[in-house]
Amino acid sequence: MAKMTLEELKKLRESKKRELEKREITGKDIEIIVGMATCGIAAGAKQTLSAFLNELEAQNLSNVLVRQTGCMGYCYAEPTVEIRMPGMPDIIYGKVDPETAVKIVRKHILGKVLINDHILDKPAADIMKK
Amino acid sequence: MAFKSYVLVCGGTACQSSKSDEIYKNFITELEAAGIKEDVQVVKTGCFGFCEKGPIVKVLPDESFYVEVNPTDAKEIVAEHLVKGRQVKRLLYQGEETKKHAKVEDIAFYQKQFRIVLRNCGVINPEDINEYIARDGYAALEKVLFEMTPDQVINELKISGLRGRGGAGFPTWLKWNFTKQVNDSPKYIVCNADEGDPGAYMDRSTIEGDPHSILEAMIIAGKTIGSNKGYIYIRAEYPLAIHRLDIAIKQAKELGLLGKDILGSGFDFDIELRLGAGAFVCGEETALLASIEGERGMPKPRPPFPAVKGLWQKPTVINNVETWANIPVIILRGGAWFANIGTEKSKGTKVFALTGKIRNSGLVEVPMGTTLREIIYDIGGGIINGKKFKAVQTGGPSGGVITAEYLDTPIDYENLQKLGSIMGSGGMIVMDEDDCMVDIAKFYLGFTVDESCGKCAPCRVGGRQLLNYLDKISKGKATRDDITKMRQIGNAMKRASLCGLGQTAPNPVLSTLTYFEKEYLAHIDDRTCPAGKCKDLITYSILPEKCIGCGLCARRCPVNCITGEKRQPHVIDRSACIKCGECYSVCKFGAVVRK
Amino acid sequence: MNAKTVSIKVNGMPFFVHEGTTVLEAAKLVNVKIPTLCYHPDLPAWAACGICVVKVEGSPKMFRACSTPVEDGMSIITHDPEIVEVRRTVIELILSTHPNDCLQCLRNQNCELQRLAAEFGIREMPFEYNINQIAVDDSTTSLILNPEKCVKCGRCVKVCQGMQNVWAIEFLGRGDSTRIAPAGDVLLAESPCIKCGQCSAHCPVGAIYEKDETQKVWKALQDPTKHCVVQIAPAVRVALGEAFGLEPGTLVTNKAYAALRRLGFKGVFDTNFGADLTIMEEGSEFVERFVHGKGDLPLITSCCPAWVDYLEKYYHDLIPLFSTAKSPQAMVGALSKTYYADKSGIDCRNIFMVSIMPCTAKKYEIVRSESMYSSGCQDIDVSITTRELSRMIKSAGIDFLNLPDEDADAPLGIYTGAGTIFGATGGVMEAALRTAYFLVTGQELKNVDLEDVRGIEGIKEARIRMAGKEVRVAVAHQMGNIEQVLDMVREAKVKGKELPWHFIEVMACRGGCIGGGGQPYGATDEIRKKRLAGIYKDDSTRKIRCSHQNPAIKQLYAEFLGKPLSHKSHELLHTKYTPRPLYTR
Repeated sequence: MAKMTLEELKKLRESKKRELEKREITGKDIEIIVGMATCGIAAGAKQTLSAFLNELEAQNLSNVLVRQTGCMGYCYAEPTVEIRMPGMPDIIYGKVDPETAVKIVRKHILGKVLINDHILDKPAADIMKK
Repeated sequence: MAFKSYVLVCGGTACQSSKSDEIYKNFITELEAAGIKEDVQVVKTGCFGFCEKGPIVKVLPDESFYVEVNPTDAKEIVAEHLVKGRQVKRLLYQGEETKKHAKVEDIAFYQKQFRIVLRNCGVINPEDINEYIARDGYAALEKVLFEMTPDQVINELKISGLRGRGGAGFPTWLKWNFTKQVNDSPKYIVCNADEGDPGAYMDRSTIEGDPHSILEAMIIAGKTIGSNKGYIYIRAEYPLAIHRLDIAIKQAKELGLLGKDILGSGFDFDIELRLGAGAFVCGEETALLASIEGERGMPKPRPPFPAVKGLWQKPTVINNVETWANIPVIILRGGAWFANIGTEKSKGTKVFALTGKIRNSGLVEVPMGTTLREIIYDIGGGIINGKKFKAVQTGGPSGGVITAEYLDTPIDYENLQKLGSIMGSGGMIVMDEDDCMVDIAKFYLGFTVDESCGKCAPCRVGGRQLLNYLDKISKGKATRDDITKMRQIGNAMKRASLCGLGQTAPNPVLSTLTYFEKEYLAHIDDRTCPAGKCKDLITYSILPEKCIGCGLCARRCPVNCITGEKRQPHVIDRSACIKCGECYSVCKFGAVVRK
Repeated sequence: MNAKTVSIKVNGMPFFVHEGTTVLEAAKLVNVKIPTLCYHPDLPAWAACGICVVKVEGSPKMFRACSTPVEDGMSIITHDPEIVEVRRTVIELILSTHPNDCLQCLRNQNCELQRLAAEFGIREMPFEYNINQIAVDDSTTSLILNPEKCVKCGRCVKVCQGMQNVWAIEFLGRGDSTRIAPAGDVLLAESPCIKCGQCSAHCPVGAIYEKDETQKVWKALQDPTKHCVVQIAPAVRVALGEAFGLEPGTLVTNKAYAALRRLGFKGVFDTNFGADLTIMEEGSEFVERFVHGKGDLPLITSCCPAWVDYLEKYYHDLIPLFSTAKSPQAMVGALSKTYYADKSGIDCRNIFMVSIMPCTAKKYEIVRSESMYSSGCQDIDVSITTRELSRMIKSAGIDFLNLPDEDADAPLGIYTGAGTIFGATGGVMEAALRTAYFLVTGQELKNVDLEDVRGIEGIKEARIRMAGKEVRVAVAHQMGNIEQVLDMVREAKVKGKELPWHFIEVMACRGGCIGGGGQPYGATDEIRKKRLAGIYKDDSTRKIRCSHQNPAIKQLYAEFLGKPLSHKSHELLHTKYTPRPLYTR
């Protein structure tokens, strides 16, 4: 990437914003967001992440984006994973071990069924969206 | 085939004890009866943290939040809400703030958490600068570089009322303004990421989740006060945070957001990482600066303040991670917006690390002025195993305990200080009836005694002496006169220690002495530990009339000091007992007693 | 310049002081004494002990007087019951970590902690003792580290690293196991320590002190087979009196001679004679190098053994610049066992030479290389400090103040004004220039008072014309000031540039030997200036003020050495230098 000017930064921001919105509104993509802070990793988030990747491959799902993010604050329930997909509410799952990850792919993403006992919350209110 | 709606039934311990299981079953029965089983999924969730109003039922996707739901209410919710699409008004949560809203975002519990510092944590990929940019990242920097004068930036900070989140709460704008006004160069910007309080990790999480917010804020400060060089002092024990900062710095440099001529503005700024070896005292700003310079991390007297003579004797702005993370938002939204949040003297939010005997340990960000009760019960879900709340320690080892009678105090810098504690970095450790206050004081003081840099006599010697007295007390060997001496030493430490570490080190002792003097006196006069923690003051024995001779305790005893015939009462050999308490906790018949 | 004044109050008394004055200094101006322990006027306030706390009206905190500058309108309270209580508690806490063996301590009655305990009327120990038992380090020839008695005031560390730039000692450990030791926890003898002893001179208690060798001296004095002789260094005569209650700078030369005789010394010599001789050798060396181009410039003086050690460790590439002339102590030592031995017909093996020095490094110098055995015996048997001598005089029951004035023994006791100023920074240079001028031009310098090289300023420069050539000289004292001088020399050498100076004098201690590490405790610039004044008074009141005019020196060359830089001179009066590692482990 080359160094940017002010205008370029503004353009980049707009395009990235659209990308994010597209993801959220038109809903073509499914997102799996894994909390990968120290607390998550200590609780096994890396294994969870690879479980997701393996299962997505096994199920031949190409429209799913797996992202990592920082701490969601639910440290008592790590690893935490947020699932965003069309037709389903945004959900944060807690204590997602590799087994639960497989369940999430099979039941939540493919079967559109929420997973009992692992739902923590929906994401906190976002101050960045006015 | 997808469900149309979801019914989330809280499956937390508290809600379960108020029959949430029954609610769950009733929903399933009712949905089947109504013939919409295929359209609605019923889910048992983790605790919503709003246990005070439990059991709770949430209906998605329209975010209806039902509180104090009875098993019999399932029928009405199914019939009205899920079949006819009409909310059951009488069960909807109605906080004082609102009478009509029932959406999750609007109700009190969720409003209690208000994420400014953690705005991007758990939302963006911290290793991708584009995601930060997409969420208005570096937009505040644009404003500062191209639209605002340095004085306007400082004025915005002044209006915001932002105070240092590292502990002492010094107004941030004043710090910046002092540094800006000093006629000397070069000037430096330093980020204090040497988080060290036991149980506190908000800075680590902030960096791991949103590293660019720190970089952006530091560049803004550089532009404002006239500095081209920043340092982030971060403890080497935070490898992931360091890794993410490295990536963030690299990506920002590639995009020209760091380095020479940022965005063509002509302003240069560079940031370097400095790794600390983990000495707690290096969180003290003068010790931190000494450590960056390569000296032994020992505090220096202030004045001169870092704003005048900081890093390499040059004017330096030093703020902690959480303070920095607030800056871009303040610039973007304006100081007035920020000042709207919080109390009269303490603006904005504070991140707390909630740990100890709390059900939902974790990071919570709440507006200043939130009460301890709201944090501990509404957000934290109350005490584990339904035990009785005893006290909460705020401010880590520098703070003090706050007891149940003060739970409704709105949290801000001044109020905590009045209670003999401090805001500190935001550690919050909850204690229940099983915690012995002498033991707690010993734990915290032991930490500061270990971490004292050894420079000043009151802290170095006073801390050790205090710890020895606590040890005496926990062994039942102290006298009431020792309490007097402890207060004398504690006061001298508070008054004559050089840095914040020493000045606040006696707080855990002094505050427990204030609020739990009886417990201390029980150790001294009666040689007993009411909480059953101090090993030297307790004995375990087996009540023969209750013991059925199952032998579980004998099998679990790590030193094999429990003997007895099968189906006959067992006996503990007290001379060999190490008082681990294992027998006490495994006995199902209440036959093992602790005295 | 910044002579802005501010209005303050101390205990309600209003007055004006200069901006930037500390609370401690301001209080002193109105005769209010705030107790201190870690503070020392030589050093930047380290603010460790917490004893000097005061209150400022309107602030809930207490402030350290040593490091808090006054502000306009400040109203300071230095004493109230709470402040005194806090101070007392801090002192009691410090005492709880300090062995209670004052009676056996070298610092008994001369200890700053003891004085504080007395001033606060501490009669009992409220807290339990909690003393870290750490082994004594007596590995060097000169200094002893007793960490058990250390109060962690940090003075020694600040002196060693700051004033002296030696970096031999450091804080190790933390919390209540903090201690002072050489970095890397090696022994002092294995560290870069140059034995200057400034740490011991600044230590408020008995944690770092000179290796006491008075017992060796007592033993020799009582040994009928030993012929004990003694020499006394220039700086001793302006400071020894302090141990007997006299003002700093009081000249007690003749009482010291008398005391030494009463202690039992058969020959009482003066190091100043050696100083005059050093000038003859070193001055001639300078003329050789400067006028005849034989040898490297700039010539650097080598009288100070701490400085020699520093150069051998930190700047050994500059060894060729060093004067090979031994120090005055070493010259008197060598001559006492050769020239004097010959004259008095005593076998050098039966002569016991003791030197009285303001210096701890001199204890190291007497064994530093084989050239210190030039007489065939160890040239100097024992070197003791001014402090040790004062203790000997006291324990011998000598009423020092009422002693008659006596003279030293000829010829090794005859000296000129040039010899005596060796005790002051700039003195060696001044004395050398007086003689070099004569050696180069054949004429006597008209005004021998070379004011440019005198005084307490860290680095001084002067220029003097000799036979049409300009001689540029530099004088540096206090080890920390040397680096910039040497770095300039090194740079000029490497880049082949014009030398900044031709002749450089270096002394390791602030003020020169009068501020030496073995001098009576409590040296500050105020006291150093008084001692300097005493030295220059001795110089200016002497009839002969140039070394080459010293009749005893002339006689020595005529009878024994031949001429300066002669073969015999080289054998007895010159030495060699060798690169040394900073750490030997």
